[in-house]
Amino acid sequence: MREPMPAADSVEMEVNGEKRRVNVRASSLLLHTLRNMLGLTGCKPGCENGDCGACTVLVEGLPMKSCLMLTAEANGRKVTTIEGLANSPATYAFAKNQAFQCGYCTPGFIVNCEGLRNAYPQADLETVRLWLESNICRCTSYEEIHAAVQEMLAGYRRTP
Amino acid sequence: MTGAAKYANDNPAPGLLHAKLAVSTHAHARILSIDVSEAMRIPGVLAVVTGQDYPVLTGSPLSDRPPLALDKVRYVGEPIALVVAELESIAEMAAYRIQAEYEPLPAVFTTEEALRPGAPVLHERMSEYEKDEEVYPEPGKNIANRTKIRKGNMEEGWSQCRHIVEVHIHMPQSDHASMEVRSSTAEIKPDGKVFLRTASQSPYAVRGAVSQAFRLPLHHVFVHTPLVGGGYGGKAAIQLEFLAYMASRSVGGRRVRITNSREKDMMSSPVHIGLDSTVKLGCTADGRLMAADIEHRYNCGAYADRGPIMSRAGAVDCTGPYRIDNMRCDSLCVYTNHPYCTSFRGFAHSELTFAMERAMDSLAKEAGLDPLEFRFRNAIGPGDTTPTQTLLTRSTVGDLPKCIAKLMSLKNWQGSSSPHKDGPVVKAIGYSCFWKNSSTPLNAGGGASLVFYPDGTVNLQCGAVEIGQGTRTSLTQIAAERLRMDVGLIHISTDIDTEKDPYFWKTVASRSTFLVGNAVLRAADDAIEQLKRLGSLVLQGLPEDLDVGYGRVFLKARPDISIPIARLAEGVALPNGRTVGGGAIIGRGSYTMQNLTPLDPETGRGVPGPEWTVGVQAVEVEYHPIDCTYRLLRAATVIDAGKVINPALARAQVTGGMSMGLGLGSRETFYFDSNGVLLSPQFRSYKLIRYGEQPQYDVEFVETPHLEAPYGLRGIGEHGIIGMPAALANGLSRAAGVELNRLPLTPERIWRTVHDPF
Repeated sequence: MREPMPAADSVEMEVNGEKRRVNVRASSLLLHTLRNMLGLTGCKPGCENGDCGACTVLVEGLPMKSCLMLTAEANGRKVTTIEGLANSPATYAFAKNQAFQCGYCTPGFIVNCEGLRNAYPQADLETVRLWLESNICRCTSYEEIHAAVQEMLAGYRRTP
Repeated sequence: MTGAAKYANDNPAPGLLHAKLAVSTHAHARILSIDVSEAMRIPGVLAVVTGQDYPVLTGSPLSDRPPLALDKVRYVGEPIALVVAELESIAEMAAYRIQAEYEPLPAVFTTEEALRPGAPVLHERMSEYEKDEEVYPEPGKNIANRTKIRKGNMEEGWSQCRHIVEVHIHMPQSDHASMEVRSSTAEIKPDGKVFLRTASQSPYAVRGAVSQAFRLPLHHVFVHTPLVGGGYGGKAAIQLEFLAYMASRSVGGRRVRITNSREKDMMSSPVHIGLDSTVKLGCTADGRLMAADIEHRYNCGAYADRGPIMSRAGAVDCTGPYRIDNMRCDSLCVYTNHPYCTSFRGFAHSELTFAMERAMDSLAKEAGLDPLEFRFRNAIGPGDTTPTQTLLTRSTVGDLPKCIAKLMSLKNWQGSSSPHKDGPVVKAIGYSCFWKNSSTPLNAGGGASLVFYPDGTVNLQCGAVEIGQGTRTSLTQIAAERLRMDVGLIHISTDIDTEKDPYFWKTVASRSTFLVGNAVLRAADDAIEQLKRLGSLVLQGLPEDLDVGYGRVFLKARPDISIPIARLAEGVALPNGRTVGGGAIIGRGSYTMQNLTPLDPETGRGVPGPEWTVGVQAVEVEYHPIDCTYRLLRAATVIDAGKVINPALARAQVTGGMSMGLGLGSRETFYFDSNGVLLSPQFRSYKLIRYGEQPQYDVEFVETPHLEAPYGLRGIGEHGIIGMPAALANGLSRAAGVELNRLPLTPERIWRTVHDPF
């Protein structure tokens, strides 16, 4: 058998709480590694150019477009994909507010919202706008997504 | 929501091969040679396919397009070759090494250039193309179709007009921009059976087209469609499916996937049609429309695809929802050296509405009438005829005056609509009415089956594709309502298999809930009949004395005497040794369009579709005269939905359409250089509305039942988009005090119009 691939590098990262070791080319994108080697296809390619946000994952708790990150850069880091966010407050809020139609952009939005919740649990409207304008939804009018995010954050905004 | 949902490209598998496209770098050129030797030398490349390997023509209603260019290329980005390799990256690299030699030909990019006498002709052999449906191409010219509408007496009409305006509009080509790019996978088994997995709105049409193009028996082609990540009409076209088949054949039938990059999805795959139009419109002194003369020139790009049917739709509904007794329209589908077009949400209606509604505002201004009052006065209704001289009834046209009245009564939209200054900004409201029929083939139809399980649940099978619109949810509701059972007990899968699911024409034209919904009702009725017959044997009553509901078959007069459906599904053993039921209880139903007629080629007379959905839309803008920027404040739609089946889904469909329409109106366009190269094939140059830019949405429904439809419902999936570009342009024209007739309305475009209105 001919070997089309050049020598691979070994990368170890913690994905959704599990230690995973993968052998990748130096040029491999995190998006492709997650999808094609780890089967985490909730991470969606939309533009592979950083424009649409459908492939967003959390790296050390903060959102990162996985099409803009080399797998090698994730070495030794914690990566969370939509598959690791079952029952998260954002997932719950999106489901309750029917903040999706075709569902393709939804994982990216939910992951981004979880990142927002981690970083700015008391985010004001402008902060929310700045965070969420990095993702595109073509089906909805964003009205439902807005309602979902407000609901998700409502618990944190109450004064103690 | 959890990442578990699988779309077409979500099943990476060992052994899967990948195909990538090499594309044309010329807008119009003769292909002299294609050299694939360098690509073939790259390790990991298994095959290269060119047009010469498959000299077939595809496309419906006009077969004008080879899947890979033959002899000629007609747009930049047109596929010329296909590389199959072990890895996607290798296929991509090899595709760039394919060397094509061209002899450039003069190109045409606008409809004006394409229609000029002596213009270079894109399709010299047009007269040899196969045709289906109604299409009237004009060989020797760049006209793929012309639809003519002739109604009333033009001379008499104009003579009664006190006010006449003529408006020229331009709406550019743009993109569907589904978040999921197109992706198709093909595998050919040793016995010749072809398995396709594809992101498509029309799996059954894919089956037919692939079988026809490659001369395969229909029953040898199997199409699987999982969840589709956004369609908007763009995935009703058939393109990558042909290429995936060709790629698989080139490697002995191995499984091959072709997935577009975003850039290829915009420049190589079919896009949204453009329109140039001239509308001449006249009314009496008291504002009654008397005559209209309309010429639509749809820019369908290099190949026709659904363009001829869209240009026909643009003629059929050209007046918008207004009564005009004297009118003529010529609607042309024009070839240019741009990417080719396919159906897009609204199917030529947001375009025709932009033309008509800009003319309506100009005429209202000319006649000194309030724009909404002017529309109200001319609203079409029962007893009026459409441009195709279809006589309307309340059932077929709904109630536009009621929609307008309801809009005027909404809290946010009462009071004066005149533009007013608010400090440094101007606030203004623009209106648009819309209507839409469905432009389907005369025999469009679909089926459904209901299979009863021994645990009391029901499996609904049908061919309507889930593209995010919630059709499949609505269909389970329709079945549950008829069977009088809990909707949670009716199961429906998200995937379509053409092998197992009953046929459905295509998931387009806002027709799924109508056609498949009627089939579901018939399947439910069929099941109820069967259940009564089986129940009568167990309960010892006549079938007509029985009823079905709440999971049981029971005696009408004594509901306490009953048998659970689950037990009939399982089989009931009678004391005499015979068994009632068991095996399988399957209700089946089908429904096909009724009473449609072809349109007369000279006058357009005929019945184009079952009903019109009507409505009115409004947009309020906050315009800054200093720099010509603006904000979208509020947007409203009042639509006659016939019957709202699921209020949350209905609102979401309408607001989603409105958002897309505001995108078309405000920013979406393709920018080309002078050689026809698309300069904006990415979301950083092709702008979409993003979170935070959305206005406040108001959506209200009027319910005038369509008597042929399940529970009286009307199509609403596309309609939110239709009037938005027009309403936005009308609002901004009033705010800026200039006529804004060219889309999209970027601040730069407004600035140019303000400073150089001619």
